[in-house]
Amino acid sequence: MSDSTFKRFVEVGRVVLLKAGPSAGKIAVIAEIIDHKRAIVDGPTTGVPRQSFPYKHLTLTPLSVTKLPRGARSGVVKKVLDAEGTIKKWESSSWAQKRAAVEKRRNLNDFARFSVMLAKKQRRDSVRKALKSKA
Amino acid sequence: MARSKELVPGVGRFSRSQVAEKRGLFKGPKKSEKAAAASTPETVEKTVGGEKNGGKRLVPTSKAPKFYPAEDVRQPKQSRKTAKPTQLRSSITPGTVLILLAGRFRGKRVVFLKQLESGLLLVSGPFRVNGVPLRRVNQAYVIATSTKVELGGVKLSEELNDAYFAKPSAKGAKSAEEEFFQEGKPKAKEAFPASKAALQKEVDSTLIAAIKKTENLGKYLQSTWGLSKGQFPHQMVF
Repeated sequence: MSDSTFKRFVEVGRVVLLKAGPSAGKIAVIAEIIDHKRAIVDGPTTGVPRQSFPYKHLTLTPLSVTKLPRGARSGVVKKVLDAEGTIKKWESSSWAQKRAAVEKRRNLNDFARFSVMLAKKQRRDSVRKALKSKA
Repeated sequence: MARSKELVPGVGRFSRSQVAEKRGLFKGPKKSEKAAAASTPETVEKTVGGEKNGGKRLVPTSKAPKFYPAEDVRQPKQSRKTAKPTQLRSSITPGTVLILLAGRFRGKRVVFLKQLESGLLLVSGPFRVNGVPLRRVNQAYVIATSTKVELGGVKLSEELNDAYFAKPSAKGAKSAEEEFFQEGKPKAKEAFPASKAALQKEVDSTLIAAIKKTENLGKYLQSTWGLSKGQFPHQMVF
């Protein structure tokens, strides 16, 4: 394993991002591997009910919970997640922050989109002026 | 199954209970009695001149027709249906900023004032901000945004109703020549009625005062709306 270039594995404790279903966009932890296609994921702190999930519909994140025993139930998963501060780590990652930003932009109303356009215009202008005065 | 149109043979659109409710038998027979029509006597006694005419005669009040049509003409069935008043979309309230999608001002953002009797929406640009005058639009050709201008108890003139926007009725048949030319020259344009201009100004002044309270709202109303690449209105939040 040490000389493998792969860093993210499907393993018990791996934090995954769900891409489909009612919990799409939330993160969960692999609690048990069912077979080559599915795993049991659980997210007691992120509102993901314990369920079997196909790998096809989830993305592996670089985070993993190291202390999670195989087949742990929701209570244990919650305890371990809290102890390791995994959710906080995820939320502070640039991946999660970018996702949140995209989500926020997508939910802006027409007037807010217009205001963003104005703000960007202003930023462009001040950058251009600053560069001009330097040169 | 007359009320419950058959979906497939034997299966109606409505359930038994729904049909029962529609038939309304539980209400019992109709109780209200129609007011008895004032009965007019079939004949009226009239005095008749002339000695040998008996002095008086019974004359039927309604004369029997002289001719009967040779063929029966069917009476068209009278419709008892009436159009329901237009329901205003719940997202549109006085002060809502609307995006016009059709007509001469398509793409403009305007302020909704009220719904008129006819169901059309009364909007104003305001005219001084983006050139859209007081105008009626159909709510089908409008996107309602979640942005609102605080109108807060602005009183609209009673004048602003459907009649205000009606075209003056044409005055008889005029030749096309007369309509557009005068003394061989194109007619001068008729001036916009001063009373309408004054009303527009009055409405706009209150609107603009409200718009100024929010930063960039005036600029927003000035700008036009459009879609760029990769934007789909049904996926966007307004």
